Formats: sequence, structure tokens, C-alpha cells
Amino acid sequence: MAKKSGYENRIELMQGTLDMLILKTLQWGEQHGYGISQAIRATSSEVLQVETGSLYPALHRLERQGWVKAEWKKSDSNQRAKFYKITALGKQQLASDYERWGRMVATIEAIMTATGSNAGSEV
Amino acid sequence: MKPFELSRRKKDLAEEIESHLKMATADRVARGESPAHARREAMREFGNIPLVADVTRERWGWLRFERLTQDLRYALRTLGRDRGFTTVAVLILALGIGANIVVFSVVHTILLRPLPFYQPERLVWIAPPNSGHDLSSSTYSVDAYEDLRLMNRSYEDVTAYYAFSTPDNVKLTGHGQPVPATDISVAGNFFHVLGISAELGRTFTNEEARTGNVVMLTHAYWKSQFGGDRSIVGKTIALNDKPITVVGVLPESFDFGAVFSPGSKVDMIDPQVMNDVREQGNTLAFIGRLKPGVTLEQAQSEATTLFPKFYWGKKFPESIGAYKDHARPIFLKDYVSGALRRSLIVLWGAVGMILLIVCVNLSNLLLARTATRTKEFALRISLGARRGRLVRQLLTESLVLSGAGALLGLALAYTATFWLAHQGSIALPLMSSIRVDGVVLGWTVLIAVVVGLLFGLAPGLKVSAGNLQEALKDSSPGTSAGRNHERLRTILVVSEVALACVLIVGAGLLLRSFLHVLDVDLGFQPAWSSSINVEYATPVDFKTKDSLSRTIAQRNAYMRNMLQQISSVAGVDSAGLTDNLPLLRNRGWGGPTVKGKTYPKGYSHGAFVYMISPGYLKAIGMRLHGRDFAWSDTPTSQNVIILNKAAAQALWPNEDAVGHMAVLNDEDRLVIGVIDDVHGTNIEGDPGWQMYLPLTQWGGDGTLLVVQSKLTPAQLAPGIMNALRQIDPGQPLTELRPMQSVVDHANSPRRFFAVLVGIFAGLGLLLASLGIYGVISYSITRQTQEIGIRMALGATRERVQYGVISKTLRMALIGLAVGTIASFAVARAISSMLFGTQPSDPATFAGMIVLLTGVAFIAGYLPARRASRINPMTALRSN
Repeated sequence: MAKKSGYENRIELMQGTLDMLILKTLQWGEQHGYGISQAIRATSSEVLQVETGSLYPALHRLERQGWVKAEWKKSDSNQRAKFYKITALGKQQLASDYERWGRMVATIEAIMTATGSNAGSEV
Repeated sequence: MKPFELSRRKKDLAEEIESHLKMATADRVARGESPAHARREAMREFGNIPLVADVTRERWGWLRFERLTQDLRYALRTLGRDRGFTTVAVLILALGIGANIVVFSVVHTILLRPLPFYQPERLVWIAPPNSGHDLSSSTYSVDAYEDLRLMNRSYEDVTAYYAFSTPDNVKLTGHGQPVPATDISVAGNFFHVLGISAELGRTFTNEEARTGNVVMLTHAYWKSQFGGDRSIVGKTIALNDKPITVVGVLPESFDFGAVFSPGSKVDMIDPQVMNDVREQGNTLAFIGRLKPGVTLEQAQSEATTLFPKFYWGKKFPESIGAYKDHARPIFLKDYVSGALRRSLIVLWGAVGMILLIVCVNLSNLLLARTATRTKEFALRISLGARRGRLVRQLLTESLVLSGAGALLGLALAYTATFWLAHQGSIALPLMSSIRVDGVVLGWTVLIAVVVGLLFGLAPGLKVSAGNLQEALKDSSPGTSAGRNHERLRTILVVSEVALACVLIVGAGLLLRSFLHVLDVDLGFQPAWSSSINVEYATPVDFKTKDSLSRTIAQRNAYMRNMLQQISSVAGVDSAGLTDNLPLLRNRGWGGPTVKGKTYPKGYSHGAFVYMISPGYLKAIGMRLHGRDFAWSDTPTSQNVIILNKAAAQALWPNEDAVGHMAVLNDEDRLVIGVIDDVHGTNIEGDPGWQMYLPLTQWGGDGTLLVVQSKLTPAQLAPGIMNALRQIDPGQPLTELRPMQSVVDHANSPRRFFAVLVGIFAGLGLLLASLGIYGVISYSITRQTQEIGIRMALGATRERVQYGVISKTLRMALIGLAVGTIASFAVARAISSMLFGTQPSDPATFAGMIVLLTGVAFIAGYLPARRASRINPMTALRSN
């Protein structure tokens, strides 16, 4: 097969983290796609911008994996929207994602803070 | 997954995106932006909407299907645009696939499908080893049959049928003019052993097997003669003016002729009353059903110990051991179709080659198309299509083509198999049940897919391997095609020519064999003689010598009168009676010996027996040396016999047998004539010993009237029927059968194979020439500019033509060289199917080379002419 285009590569890179962020957002309550992107943006103090091209594929994948459930409802502003809700399976997934994330951050932190001579002899 | 669900989910996604946009817009408006601006910004922020939708849909895992429908739609559109190409491609495919379907359905029916009986794999044919389909030596006596049933341990049961029934051997009377019909007599347990139950009514009871006078109708006869009247069961019909009860109708699936005597029809079956034929010697053909768990080898070894214990006739105690080494059970299926296996496999190979040629041709056509479509592909790639997607697109196109070809081929095959199934005259087993069934359909789908992938592969690889830049350069018309491209196409054409070589050589050899068979001196003249079944009501009484002479004298007078009447019918040159015709039924006895010579005990050399009247030899056109039988040869005169050359020369080597005394059945018989060998049992084999005995003296039943005439049977028939009716008003309306049809029937399997392989070779040749033409013509089109330049620089027309033709011939010659070598191998493999033709037959090979070179020349000449007419100025301007 030919290689994937660059656009999709970005999605692949963010996948694990994005899933975790979406699931975390949904833990506060059910939310629609637009709401999720706004929430991530707001809670990250406008640092993280979730692209729709990543968000919707991720939502549909999470739905397929049974981590979220979707339902059409009226929003507060009386707009019909598709609301996503985290499932029990999704909560488990979130816990394990978060734990892995924590380990990764710690590992990366360890590497970043290691002294130069030490690192040199290890490699 | 269901398409409608897919479209529902697509709508759902579109709504979801729309609601996202609406909410984003609403938020922006709330922040004070104008609605139009807010909407625009929301959309900008969202990004590429179709792309997001696409990528999202991909997460459903359904995109594959969606893309398939897309590819399919696109394929149909492109193919629809290029009607000429599509038509040619589909036609070529339909011919190739159609031929394959027809041959597969023949192979499937004859070789692969089990026989239409219950657990047919347990049925065996019990006959002497290598007896083939010669009746003379593959039958047994009633006493042997009864002993085998009692004494064997291998079979659940053994059944038998009377092997010497002739066509139209009974007449249905009682409804105006008597109608001839064909009846076969079988042992009472016949249907039970085969596992056939009646469609209507029932099969025979044990009691009926002893008494007779009952009959079962075949499905076809029941339909045609009795209009499918369901109340026929239990009713009485008159056969030969005797009341016979119809006990049942056989199912349509049971066709006695198709299995046991290919190419002949059977109308009814009655139980053989064993005592009626007990004294007649070898009359029964045996079929056994093995017990579960008993292997063929076990049955075979039992046969070698069991058969020597059987009697030819228990009346003659010394006839014990007559069947020593005279039985070797083989699977019934092998008996029915074993001899055809090789021919059918060759046929299958031939159509397989046709299919390969078709693939090669299509590959070539598609390659040419791909080349002209490079710009389209380059455009699609630059718009983001992946190469894999393009390859898939090409494969979809080729699968659509092969699918369409398969559909049309199926229609062709359906017609062809229907026609074949209704050719009653082809002496191949089970032909009437040839049809396009589920298995054949499955095969069709398989070859359609394989063919589609195969010929789609070359262009597909081309696209996936091709460099975009090079492709764009390559596609500019006017320059020579890229070298790789050219080489691939040349290889394809060369292999096509080689395949055509093999096909033509194979067909040539088979055709020449067939011509040789037609040329065989049969020993009689089928062209001018015809035969008809006659009746005479003057039975011979064998009880005493006196009664014999008296009744024979009566009958001789009757026969003589009949033959005189017939001879006086306008157009009849000569007429005679016989009991058996050459190439039809045959019967063997222990042959004559030389008087005065001592033979070892139990010595016997089999000979075919024919009972004939005076005039018969002349009527059928046999060449006689010595004298014919005369009306004066009677039971009271000198016993006489006529031999064929094979028998005469074996008995009296280097001497004229005429005038010598032979001994037959312990009686002296004077050899009065010798005839040239007649092919009595088959055309291709050794004629064997034959002896002719006078009906006038022996008293056998000679009910076949043979007439010689220069008129056609149709012109002759009314006069003959008229004369016969005058003698006996009860004479049924039987057909006057030309002897040529008997010969044709005997030749029909060979003709069938020769004609089919011939057609395939023709098809192969046509496709190969199309392939050559296509490649050359295409390369000329692409080189128009180049040729224009060369001509502008002074190249002559001849020079251009020469260049093109020599290029063509070079390709053809490489193909010929490869093909000739392959042909030698193939010819050797089919050598056992040849007759009077060497596998390396120089004429066939030379003919093939001349033919293919000629065709290649023409295929190259047409484009060459076009090339030489290129106007340099136009060619250069056109770019």
C-alpha cells in the first residue's frame, strides 16, 4: 500500500492523547462535538486547538469501540446536536490512558533532567 | 453492512457537521459578529468539510465498500465512453469464457459429476480386462450370473442386462399403424441395485422377473408416446401384438442409453426372463454394487478365484472354467467415461489456452489504453489519489469487463450446451444431461475473476510502478513508446503466438487423425447402402432335424420372395438380410478350426458371427473372393461358411482358404468365400476374426434388410415400405437408416473432439492475429511523428513498410520458435489420441508455421501500409 498522506499522519500522532482528552471532557457530562472542542480549548486556556479533522474521526472511532455512546438531543440553545456520553468501558479506558500518560511524562521527564555525562555513558 | 444504512449514517454525519457549524456561528454572533461573517469564519475554522467527512467515514470501516461502488461507477462511465474498446474486449472475453464454460460443462458431466445413481461410487462394471465397449467378449451366461449372485462375498447384489438389444426391437401395436420402439431387458433387481425408483407406479417384482409381460416406460417415451398420461400405470399396452402391463414410469433422470450405450435412445425396459436366454450363451452384461467397506481390489481378487468356477452353460459340464481370467471389476464410472478422460483433459487444456490467449490480448488492449490514459492518472495522482487506488480502479475496470464477458459467454454457453444435449447422435455418455448448473456457474464466476485479475494485472503494475514524470513524457504521442512498455507488449504477443502454435498443432494432428479415420477402408460401402428392420412371421423350429429343414424351407421361400420384391423396387440395386450390421451390435463365438489339425484341449479363438442371406454381401458392398451364399445352401446341402481375410489367413497361412474344410461346433463346413476385412466392432481397431453363416442353412434371425441404391434413403423409403407392407401389412413404419449414419455415429466422438479443438485453434489464431495487429497498429499510431520525420528525411515508403513488417515477423518468429518446441511436447502427450498420424507430423508443423507466418504478415501489413501513407507534413503538424 502506498504511504499515508501527511494529513492523516498528524491524526495518528495525536491519537492516544486526543482520545484521553475527549474522554476526560466527557467525564464531566455528555457533550456534542463542538462543545468538546470548546471545552478543551477553554480548559487548556486556549493553548490546545482541536482540529475538526481530528475530532470527528476520533469521536466516531471511540463510538465504534464502545467507549462513548451518541444520542441526538436539543442543546441549551435549543439547537439539535449529537451528544456523546462516556460509557463504563470508556471510563476504564480513560483510567488506563491516564496512567500510561503519567508514566510517559515521568519517563520523558527523567530523560530530560538526566545529567549529560550519565546519559553519554548509558548510550 | 447494508447500503441504505450507509446512506443513513452519511446523512447523520452531515447533520452533525451542520449542527457544529450552527453552534459555532451562533457563538460568534453572540460575540457580536454579523451572521454572514460568523458563518464564513465558522466554516473556515472547521476546515475542509468533505475531507473531514471522508476521514471520519473511514473510521466506520465502510469506506472500502463505498470506494468499490465509486470505482464501479467510474469504471462503467469510462468503459461506456470508449464503446469500441469495450465491445471488442467483451466479445473476445465472451468467446474465451463461453468456450470454457461449454467445455467445463462437458467435462463436469462426463468426468466429474457422479453417475445419476444411488451411491454410484460403489457400482462396478464386471467384464474381462480391457474389453472396452466390445459386447462380444464382455458378456456372460445366465448360469454364470446366477452363480455369481449366489457365491460372491463382495457385492450387496449383482444385476445384469441383456446386451444384445437392437434399436426398434419391438413394435407398439393396437393403435393403428404399428410403431417401432426400443426395449432393453434387465434383471429383475436392476433398478434396486442402481438405486432408481419409479417416478410413477413401481419397479419390477421378483414374480414379474420370472414371468415377464410387464414393462416400465422411460420418462421421454411416456411423454412423447402417451402424452404423459398418469393413468397409464396398470394399463395394458400391446407390444408385438401381445398384451403387456405397464407397471411404472422411470424418472427423467434415468437415461439407460446415456450411461450404457451412448448415443442411442431407449423407450422401455422390461424384466429379462432368464430362462429365455439361458441357452443363448453370453448375453448378459454385469453390474455389481459393492458392500460398504469392500474395496475394488478385494472385489477384483475375488473375481480371479470365483469366475473360474462358473459354467458357460451347466448343460455342458466341461464348460466350467470358461470365464477363467475373464472378469475384472472396474468402477462403473471408469467404464462409462474412463476412455474419454484423456480426450476431455486435452479439450480442457485447449480451452484453457484460449483463455490465456484472451488474457494476453486483453492485457495488450488495456496496456495500450493505460498508456493513453496516463494523463488522466497523472491528474488523479496530483489531486491526491494514491497509486493503490488507481491500481484498484484498473482492476475494477478489468473485472467489470470480465464480468460482462462472462455474462455474454454464459449466454453463448447456454445455447451451445442446449444444442449439445439435444444432439442424440453423438456417441458420448451422459451427453443428454449436459447443462449449465450451479457448479458450472461457480466455475464461470471463478474464471471471470481470475481472468479479470490476470489481464488487469499488467496495466495495474504498470501504473503502480510507473514514474509520473516518465509517464507524462511517455504519453506524448509521436515518439516511440517507452522501452519497458514496448518490451512487455512484445513478450505478450510472443506468448500469444506460441500458444496459438500449440493449439494449431494439436488441432491439426487431431484433424488429420480424423481424416485418416474417415479414410479407413471399412470393408463395406456405407455411402450407398441403407438398412431397415423387417419382420417375418415364419419362425424356425429347431426341435428336430426334420422340423428344422421344413421350417427353414418355408422361411427361405418367404425371404427369397421378399428380397425379390425389394430388388424390383425402382432404384434398388441389390438387397440382402443380416442379423447384425458392422459397427452396431456384435456377437462373438468360438471361431472355426482347420479340419484335420489337432488343437490343444480347450483351444478357442473367438470370431464375430454374422448370419446373412444371399445377396447381403453385395448389398452392403463387401468385397468377396470366391462365391456368395446361394438359396441352394440349405440344411440338407453341404455346410458352408465365408470367412474374413484375418481368419482365413490365420487358419491357412500363405494359401487360398477357399475350398478348404473348416470345423465349427464339431461340424465340417466348406469355406466358399473370403471377404476383405470389415471393421465390425470399431473403425480404429483391428477387425479380428469374422465368419459369415448362411441364414438359409443355419436358421438364425436375420431381420435387418440392407439395400444398395444410388438414391437417397428418403427417396427410397416409400417404395421399400410399400413393398414390405404388401408382403406383411403388420410391418411397422421403421426408418430406412443410411449405413453412413452408422459410420458417422461410430466416428462421432472423434469428430466431436476434432471439431471442437479445430474451432478453438481457429479462435486462437484469430485472437493471436488480432493481438499482433493491435500491437503493431498501436505502435504505428504512436510513432506517426517519428515516421513522418524519417520520411521527410528521405525514407521511402518501401523502407517504412519493410521496417514495420520485419518487426512484426521478428515477433512472430520468436513466438513460432517457442511455440514449436512447446508443440512437440504437447503432441507427444496426446500421441495416444492420434490415428495414423505421427506426433511430429511434418505436414501439420509445416502447415502451422506457414499459416501463422502468413497471418502475422497480414496482421503486420495492414498497419505497415498505413504507416507508409503517412504524410510527413500532416504528421509533423499534428502535434
